[in-house]
Amino acid sequence: MPQKVLIVDDEKDFLDIIAERLLARGMDVSTATSAEDALNMVEEESFDVVILDFMMPALDGFKALKLMKAKRPDVQIIVLTGNVPDEKRREAKALGALDVIEKPPDLKDLIQKIKKAKKPQRTVREKKGRRKK
Amino acid sequence: MRAKLEIVAESGLQFFGKMTASISHEIKNVLAIINENAGLLEDLVLMADGGAEIEPQRLKNMSRTVMKQVSRADIIMKNMNRLAHSVDESIKTIDLNDLLELLVALSNRFASTRGVGIQLKRNEGPLKLRTSPFFLVNLLWLCLDFAMDAAGEDKIVELVTRNTETGIEVFFKRLGGLAEAPLKPFPAEPEKGLCDLLRTELEVSTGNQEIVVRIAGDIDRD
Repeated sequence: MPQKVLIVDDEKDFLDIIAERLLARGMDVSTATSAEDALNMVEEESFDVVILDFMMPALDGFKALKLMKAKRPDVQIIVLTGNVPDEKRREAKALGALDVIEKPPDLKDLIQKIKKAKKPQRTVREKKGRRKK
Repeated sequence: MRAKLEIVAESGLQFFGKMTASISHEIKNVLAIINENAGLLEDLVLMADGGAEIEPQRLKNMSRTVMKQVSRADIIMKNMNRLAHSVDESIKTIDLNDLLELLVALSNRFASTRGVGIQLKRNEGPLKLRTSPFFLVNLLWLCLDFAMDAAGEDKIVELVTRNTETGIEVFFKRLGGLAEAPLKPFPAEPEKGLCDLLRTELEVSTGNQEIVVRIAGDIDRD
């Protein structure tokens, strides 16, 4: 079963291409351009990994991370950000991020991290394929 | 209490650090987009080697995206350069219109992350001041930073200027959130220190939902 990935970034020019490249490598990819949309999607569906841009309009990255983990404690979140001071990396990991990666990401490295992430428990409804869109 | 000069100097360094960190973050976003386009090109070439066809329109779109990002990065670096050169002379004659445009350009990303819009009404004529450009843009940034948190329901901060006999007034308007608590104390020591240095007055008007900064026309004139 392919890894189910949600990529969240307000930079559409980045989002669309990285989504396409991951799709081409056999992953099941969804996208969101805001943390708010991503939170709704995470509530509706179970993703193996969420790749979350840390600096987006309206919702602070740390808040988005906390809220996401609260909705789906078993979701694995990889934070993507421009610059990663040690303090930010520590704080993100303390909030439950699987990893923190600097932009521009190395795709091979990112794919490795996605593949290593543990699969969450899917609900019975999701296993039967009855998903709400 | 720390000497005012120390407070002002610290404020200046913090402002410079905040702006350059923001600029570097934006540049990283640009590099990420260019990098993904380069990676996708590589993927397409590999597919072409395997017999797949590449649509020319696809390549055109990718090329346009890269050019758009290069243009974006160029603007970001021009603004960074303008900020860097604002410290070349401690006092000089400037056009406040240009300084406010620079301030808005540097602040847009901060505004965006807070869900606030900034509208600058550029004065039709020049707004000449003899002042310290760096410390003035520092003070105006502190005012704008506070104003963004105090923006009204429409989440817009409007910047308007007016010439006076003794200098220029800058208004930060539509601050419907001023009456709401809790906002941080304003003006605080950094703002007060900068106002002293720049011979400037700062007024917060909850009734008018605005902040007014009254800037002396000539910092050296008694």
